[in-house]
Amino acid sequence: MTPTELFLQQLVNGLTIGSVYALIALGYTMVYGIIQLINFAHGEVFMTGAYMGLALFLACGVAGAGLASVPLLLGSLALGAAGCSVLGLAIEKIAYRPLRQAPKLSILITAIGVSFFLQNAVMLIFGAQDRYVPSVVPAARWQVMGIVLTPLQGLIFAVTGLTLAVLQGVVYHTSLGRFMRAVAQDPLAARLMGVSVNRVVAATFALGSALAGMGGVLFGMYYSTINFHDGYLTGLKAFTAAVLGGIGNLPGAMLGGLLLGLLESFSAGYLSTQWKNVAAFAVLVLVLLVRPRGLLGERLAEKV
Amino acid sequence: MKLRKSALWALVALLPLVDPNPYRVEIFATAALYALLALGLNVIVGFTGLLHLGFAAFFAIGAYAYALLNLRSGWPFWLGLPAAAGLAGLAAAALGLPAIRVRGDYLAIVTLGFGEIVRIVVTNLEPWTGGPNGLMGIAHPTIGSFNFGVDSKPYYTLLALWVALTAWACSRLARSRIGLAWAAIREDELAACSLGIDASQLKLLALAIGGAIAGAAGCLFASKQGTITPDSFDFILSVMILAMVILGGLGSVPGAIVGALVLGTAPEFLRGFASYRMLIFGVLMIVLMRLRPQGLLGGQLIRRKAGSGDAAASG
Repeated sequence: MTPTELFLQQLVNGLTIGSVYALIALGYTMVYGIIQLINFAHGEVFMTGAYMGLALFLACGVAGAGLASVPLLLGSLALGAAGCSVLGLAIEKIAYRPLRQAPKLSILITAIGVSFFLQNAVMLIFGAQDRYVPSVVPAARWQVMGIVLTPLQGLIFAVTGLTLAVLQGVVYHTSLGRFMRAVAQDPLAARLMGVSVNRVVAATFALGSALAGMGGVLFGMYYSTINFHDGYLTGLKAFTAAVLGGIGNLPGAMLGGLLLGLLESFSAGYLSTQWKNVAAFAVLVLVLLVRPRGLLGERLAEKV
Repeated sequence: MKLRKSALWALVALLPLVDPNPYRVEIFATAALYALLALGLNVIVGFTGLLHLGFAAFFAIGAYAYALLNLRSGWPFWLGLPAAAGLAGLAAAALGLPAIRVRGDYLAIVTLGFGEIVRIVVTNLEPWTGGPNGLMGIAHPTIGSFNFGVDSKPYYTLLALWVALTAWACSRLARSRIGLAWAAIREDELAACSLGIDASQLKLLALAIGGAIAGAAGCLFASKQGTITPDSFDFILSVMILAMVILGGLGSVPGAIVGALVLGTAPEFLRGFASYRMLIFGVLMIVLMRLRPQGLLGGQLIRRKAGSGDAAASG
């Protein structure tokens, strides 16, 4: 591989995993934007989504590699999205809504409780060992300019791009989106204008969790193994991506996810894999110190 | 410290004489270690209102500081203890210097980042820290010719006394002028600054004191275990300590100890549920928080302004 090819290959790899981070980061950023809550259980929702995809493959008898099937692919993405949005709704209703008026940090504890619950529920059902995930996308490898591309990578780009476009449409061109922006600005005023804050918050959780679920299904197929511990570090990185881009900002989450993916793949390619996580966190800290609101975040005047 | 309280603590410290079951003594020794960490984090999050998500880093710095001083320079435990506390406190303040420029949730993220960086650096700095295998053969404490050895009992007593001392110091701090200034910063930083409080300096002080408490805990941990590995200082530990502080009641000194006792011992008492225990532990955290959102012993310190923005989000 020539240096240029190596560079391009790391670029593509970074963009792929960055797209998955972006999908998860969108959920963090939406929830934070609307109720200023860091949803610490979001990474576990993502992980559960990955296992939902696996469950479908197992149920349909896809155990080995190499079976390409469009219905199964769409089915797994749909199941991941639908299953996780129900999960997100349940988490919001059981663990967050009753505590919305309580001191802000108490929600952090219930979020951790939810994380423990999901991790262990998945471990009890699927076992603690790594699980192999079959890919239902054709296993072709395209050689373009000396670098390797796979259909799965193309799929991940497409899903992520499409999702952001749909999400932007929802937020800026539907009544739900208008309600969401109103609640984000001022929950009390929104409520006085007849917006059902509870429903808007629930819808936000459902949407964000659906994205994490799809991210999970894609993540499983891309790495071909999943473990019940995967939610924690990936969630942490996606959250980092959301902050990097400017939390509360949808294109920011996308940009943050892609940048984080690139950063990781370049530091893994040019430095060493051991230090790639340091690079990610070091950049996060630096960005926050220089530009606390993130790359695309707006500066908010401090409310007194 | 009042006489009755001292007597109570002395009784607690001598518990192994009444119940010498080594398994239970070990559980409570671990809980006491958690209590120390919770007391330290309580100074930062509870007293001063700085949300810190990388607290395990100072525990790690204390543990590795003592381990290295002991293994490389032969420092005994009683010299290592203040050194570990001092180094961890310095590190906390040094990392805080850039971090306190950002506020609220952003501070949480920056501290989370620092916490992860410290852990990964410790894992990868193999010539010094032994990498993922950690360090072995760290000396146990000695008093005269008595070596603490591997038995949990003397450690439990030492830890219980150390918790008592730390708790006493924390309560005194909370009521001092410094503690009042911390409370002012926590409740309304802008108003505190306008009254002439140097918020930056006081925040650094809170970080240094909290970090030093964690550093001492790290030294105690390293001397008790004899072996330390980077796994012991991960993000989950930072989160668990925070959970203990919040569950106990933010800013409450007895609360931090109670929170540590509940969350530190619950997984052991749930062992009867075998593989379901962490599942039940998660449910327990949710239920406890829903029953007492202000924390088990909290409520007096945090006064919310009537009609503040948060209350409106109920829908």
